[in-house]
Amino acid sequence: MQLASAVDPQLADLSNKLIYSAMVVYTLAMFAHMIEWTFGSRGAVAVRSKEQAGSLAETVATAEKKAKKVTVTVAGAGGGTTTLTRTAVAGEGATVVTSGRGADEEDGPGAAGTNEKADLAGRIAVSLTVLGAVLHAGGIVTRGLSVSRWPWGNMYEFSCAFAFAMTAAYLVLLATRKNVRWLGLPVVLAGLLTLGIATTVLYTDSEQLVPALHSPWLAIHVSTAIFCGGAFYAAFIATLLYLGKDSFDKRTAAGLTTGPLGTSASIWRRLPAASTFDKLSYRINALVFPLWTFTIIAGAIWAEAAWGKYWEWDPKETWSFITWVAYACYLHARATAGWKGRKAAYLALAAFACWLFNYYGVNIFVTGKHSYAGI
Amino acid sequence: MSNTTTETEQPPAPEDGAAERLSTAPVESDGPTGIGAFGWARWMWRQLTSMRVALILLFLLSLAAIPGSLIPQYQNGQGQLKVEAWKARHATVAPVYEKLQLFDVYSSVWFSAIYILLFVSLAGCIVPRTWQFVGVLRSQPPAAPRNLTRMPVHAVWRTEADADRVNAAAHRLLRKRGFRAHLSGGAVAAEKGYLREVGNLLFHLSLFALLGGFAWASLASGTGGKLMVEGEGYSNTITQLDDFNGTRFYGNQDLDPFYLKLNGFTSKFQTKGDQIGAARQFTANVEYYAGGDESKLKKSTIEVNHPLEIGGSKVYLIGHGYAPVISVKNGKGDVVYRGAVPFLPQDGNLTSTGVVKVSDYGLGPDGNKTQLGFSGFFLPTAPLSFEGTGPVSLFPGDAAPELVLNAFSGDLGTDSGLPQNVYQLNTRKLTQLVQDGEPAKARLKLGEGWTLPDGYGSVTFEGYKQWASFNVSHRPGNAIALAGGVLAILGLIGSLFIQRRRIWVRAVALPGGGTQVELAGLARSESAKIAEELAELAVDLQDDAPASEEEDDAAASEEDAAPAASEGEGGATETDVPEETGVPTAPEASSDPAVPADQKSKE
Repeated sequence: MQLASAVDPQLADLSNKLIYSAMVVYTLAMFAHMIEWTFGSRGAVAVRSKEQAGSLAETVATAEKKAKKVTVTVAGAGGGTTTLTRTAVAGEGATVVTSGRGADEEDGPGAAGTNEKADLAGRIAVSLTVLGAVLHAGGIVTRGLSVSRWPWGNMYEFSCAFAFAMTAAYLVLLATRKNVRWLGLPVVLAGLLTLGIATTVLYTDSEQLVPALHSPWLAIHVSTAIFCGGAFYAAFIATLLYLGKDSFDKRTAAGLTTGPLGTSASIWRRLPAASTFDKLSYRINALVFPLWTFTIIAGAIWAEAAWGKYWEWDPKETWSFITWVAYACYLHARATAGWKGRKAAYLALAAFACWLFNYYGVNIFVTGKHSYAGI
Repeated sequence: MSNTTTETEQPPAPEDGAAERLSTAPVESDGPTGIGAFGWARWMWRQLTSMRVALILLFLLSLAAIPGSLIPQYQNGQGQLKVEAWKARHATVAPVYEKLQLFDVYSSVWFSAIYILLFVSLAGCIVPRTWQFVGVLRSQPPAAPRNLTRMPVHAVWRTEADADRVNAAAHRLLRKRGFRAHLSGGAVAAEKGYLREVGNLLFHLSLFALLGGFAWASLASGTGGKLMVEGEGYSNTITQLDDFNGTRFYGNQDLDPFYLKLNGFTSKFQTKGDQIGAARQFTANVEYYAGGDESKLKKSTIEVNHPLEIGGSKVYLIGHGYAPVISVKNGKGDVVYRGAVPFLPQDGNLTSTGVVKVSDYGLGPDGNKTQLGFSGFFLPTAPLSFEGTGPVSLFPGDAAPELVLNAFSGDLGTDSGLPQNVYQLNTRKLTQLVQDGEPAKARLKLGEGWTLPDGYGSVTFEGYKQWASFNVSHRPGNAIALAGGVLAILGLIGSLFIQRRRIWVRAVALPGGGTQVELAGLARSESAKIAEELAELAVDLQDDAPASEEEDDAAASEEDAAPAASEGEGGATETDVPEETGVPTAPEASSDPAVPADQKSKE
């Protein structure tokens, strides 16, 4: 009788503490974001692109005669136009790009509006989110180190990694100077929700894995699944916000002064344009779809090695397939049949519902070959 | 464009055509055209191959896959048992479900119908599109539309450079940027991103490869099962396998010839924490040789996730358990049975059940020929007491192994010639031995013996070995399916991340001297990149066509004018037909109501 290889209890304990600390910090970040949204409503909602239109003219005027300058006109869907001006100074090779929006659809100024206090709260929230993400990453790494394996062997670990992937994706977007701070509150909320479920319902002690999981495919198949989950979640948030903003626009057109479900109009006005949300959700889904395909194929290869058959219609396989088909439907509808807007958004929501069921539903309610280590 | 049909010198691809052909969506028809059965058949074929019906079929496919994940399926692991158990619990609906093939969803008529229709639809869509795409590759990019400033993305400026030189420079620059460019009629037409359509076609074609791999596997694969106790070996033939499921092209006589022996088995389990008893390691140490050549004997290990490949078969480790070594002596003290008997695990802690059949017992105490049978439990870690729980193991590892046996005598039925389950005792002609007025029963620790009542002799629990069960699987078509999968991903990447776009450049000598340079781009609206690309190209082009001094004003006024033009004439209908009937190139600029008017006023 041999003992299984050991678990480092100190590291495992540290991991738990780090995850809890991350949750506390995320909660603080959530409050900061709420303050940002609250204070932001007091400032006047400025329309960013109007200012930009002014600065655009200045750029044009200050350009040297030697400079090469091009203005490209882009017709918008709503009949308005956007211009993109590119200036290259001769001999230096540097190019300056300025883009201005016409009277088409305008992105809101963000959660803080023009209020300085709100902006400060937003910055604090982002800093807290970064701190939370660092603690979170520490929790995941120590969990893995405590058992010397990849830290996604059961549903608790998977959920932690998945919440981290989502937060990290948001922070990377922020770091690349994309205008996504409005995503902060929903991302932190979704992260907290996932971690909350993980620590309360799904928790299991840090242990070694059953032999079925002793495979390099654990690192490949499961990590891509985590990434896909995080990205699908983000696209889901964008889709929901698109639906909200779209109804808000419709309500505004109809002369109503509040957002859908009695929400404040000022919140919706500060968010990006509906078409921005729509494009964002499409881009994320289109980006992730090949990776999701890869995840399924990697899973099939692993299944071939572990069970002798690469596809057995195990419930998890089946629901991955259903999710894949649902997202394929969405992409086809978007790309070929030209469905945009609400109809496509409902398809995207249905596809994400399939993904959610595949994760929580299949793991908890259906027994199949993907049942490992309790849950 | 219907009102321009009188034109004879119209460019080959007017702007509407240019825009439409960038999208590769199939054209949809509304109703049957033509008469009779043929018209209807053609209409139905068009419907089937339309994107809308394909989408509906795709949606149906995902819906149809759902029941199979919620109802036990015959084809899943231990499917037969699970289906039977489910049927017993739902006696009323079970026959209906059986009729609807709900226990066999993925090979049911209706599921097959959906995916076959889907693949027919796919073929009907992909094959014409492939030919169409070949046609596109063999022809030049569509010629520039008449009015470039009406394209969704455009740029305009004036230069003193010669028009032909500007066009030639644009042609060169576009080629350098990897466009397929074509210079004719005083304009450059260029297109890039053909890999998008290549990827799209590749993805859909590779789905057929996947389907082919699936089909080949289901026609030419076979799986056998074999359970071996440590020290046992077998030759891979139909007589020595425990069970075998063949298919049309891989039957009993096609089995890959090899010999396999289980030398030893290692198992490790979690010993503490809330996952106590969870398996941590299973390793089967084996030796084998392929074909009939015993001299090529090789040693290897088989683990979960690490099957052993012998010839065209793979051997998977799928189960393990304990086999107590039991010896039986008759009343005279002769050993009538000795062997390791595999007991089958009943729970996660390997509480195992099994039977011992002593068919060569010989003469019983009463002088008649008789046989002995034992049924019982093997507990790798037995509790101190069975009270309240019965014989249940506490842990899957062998910390305190015990054997619990009931003894029977009589006729085992093994001489009847009928095949028997080796794990079950047919007690129809057996009577349980009685000891002190109770059914004879013993709880044996390792090495202990049990003297049977009524002079039947004794039983000894001599030791135990482990056994492992293997799945011997021959599955061709994996490589095809894998290739299909990899190509599908490559195709997806191409079709989702590459943009197909067109750029046109036209430099026209103005009547009042100087040259007007017009650039336009066309792409799918999901991305704003085309504007960036056009701007980069324009900046590069200004090396050869520097903007005139007064260009600032012209550009500024153009900016104001363009929206007005596109709003005023929003629709695609052209009203400026008459001006155009003459020479197709030169009057272009002056035919535009917006731009030249402004420029004239500046001059």
